[in-house]
Amino acid sequence: MTALSKSWERAVVPVLILAAWEIVSRSGLLPAALLPAPSIVLHSWADWVFGFDETAQANSGRWLADALSSAVRVAAGYGIAVASGVLLGIAIGWWNWVERAIEPTIQMLRPVPPVSWIPVAIIWFGIANKPAIFLVFLGAVFPILMNTIHGVKTADRNLIRAASMMGATEQQLLRHVVFPAALPSIFAGLRIGIGAAWMLTVTAEMVAVKSGLGYVLWDSYYFLRYDLVLAAMASIGLLGYATDALIKLLMSAALHWQHASTLQSREG
Amino acid sequence: MASIELRNITKVYSDAKRKRDLLAIDDVSLTVERNEFLCLLGSSGCGKSTLLNMIAGFEKPTKGTVTVGGKPVDGPGADRGMVFQQANLMPWLPVWENIAFHLRLKGWRKADRRAAAQEYIDLVGLKGFESHYPAELSGGMSQRVGIARALLMNPQVILMDEPFAALDAQTKMDMQEELVAIWQKQRCTIVFVTHSVDEALVLGTQVAVLTSRPGRLRERIELDLPRPRDITSPRFNDHKRHILNLIREEGLQQRQVAAA
Repeated sequence: MTALSKSWERAVVPVLILAAWEIVSRSGLLPAALLPAPSIVLHSWADWVFGFDETAQANSGRWLADALSSAVRVAAGYGIAVASGVLLGIAIGWWNWVERAIEPTIQMLRPVPPVSWIPVAIIWFGIANKPAIFLVFLGAVFPILMNTIHGVKTADRNLIRAASMMGATEQQLLRHVVFPAALPSIFAGLRIGIGAAWMLTVTAEMVAVKSGLGYVLWDSYYFLRYDLVLAAMASIGLLGYATDALIKLLMSAALHWQHASTLQSREG
Repeated sequence: MASIELRNITKVYSDAKRKRDLLAIDDVSLTVERNEFLCLLGSSGCGKSTLLNMIAGFEKPTKGTVTVGGKPVDGPGADRGMVFQQANLMPWLPVWENIAFHLRLKGWRKADRRAAAQEYIDLVGLKGFESHYPAELSGGMSQRVGIARALLMNPQVILMDEPFAALDAQTKMDMQEELVAIWQKQRCTIVFVTHSVDEALVLGTQVAVLTSRPGRLRERIELDLPRPRDITSPRFNDHKRHILNLIREEGLQQRQVAAA
């Protein structure tokens, strides 16, 4: 199959959905304000981005700033989650005493929905970037942590034997054997984590912050600007898709050694 | 000076589930001289791999001492290279990085590691496969990488745990020939675990026959057959008959014990 026909395959489902939506919306089945057609959403979105005819009112031309402030929160919270999740995960997976000391606490914190931390986060951090970053961290850290632990625990014992036969110290085992062996699992965690990170930035922005895509979304809802609500949703989806694609790119670079032996190699 | 010395090795595994102890190895003493090629021959479950793992430092004897080069063994180390039954290569590293893994641990720079690996890549006949990943290699090629990796450390002794057991007959024969050639060229001490009488007779300068459950040293046989070894020669067959008789007797005794 050629590259062109493959990219065409990817576009089929989104195009069909948009077409159906446009038809339903223009048929007048629902009030236009409640289900704005994609063309209208696109128009408002374009003004939000480029600011040419004030369709987006106060938000006109401010998209980049909004997207950027959301992205900064994601980057900060996610960055902290990656660093702490991977390090702690390796420690828990490798040393039994760390597991005994920390795991029960983590397993109790894990089922608490990150959203339920919002009141506490606001009391601790006030209304600004910090509570949002904290929430993003909470959402992203657990999948990264759990997957890292799993990756370390399932590392091949024989590889550790082989490396210690070659004179590896414990620290070298962790760095040169356990970490690379756990990397496929870690990446699985990173991909789940980035989704959670976007979800929680938006949630935090609806409640505890006065800027960003989530704030615009919630603000537009108060003014019944459903076109902007949908544009904000689509923006979040696109940015989430882009960051996931970035992680996938990193993953295929870091795990290129897997290609010969896994199903991934089937993909063109 | 003896290169490896096992003195009165006994290994007892405690079987917690059945609340009894299992005597796996019973008072085995064995010395291996420098540059010797000793084959540990025994059926599965006789504790031959356990003995090898003790020399490697992965397991500890319940009683007795293991010394290598006069020093007691208290853990794995780069003075003893091991070749495993499965090659156990790092799947994320190309062939040359796997071979030079020891140098990576020692903090050598990439260019130096690459240069040092080349000698061993050529030695085991992997020229042209330097940048392949383990998943792209056949079983025989993977074992070559495992052997090169052990040789690069320039260890006093090389321990081999049925490294050719998973290979097809033709590849196995080629690898055996090459191993003997490498051993003759590098002048190292090899302890080779196998359950195949033929393999032991093709490779070793000495064969130590172990009994099973518990593992005891049944007999140690000196092989002065000329190399390359002719597996159809009368002397080869004399040795083979003798060893097979030992094994048969052993089996007979065990069945009698079981019947009694």
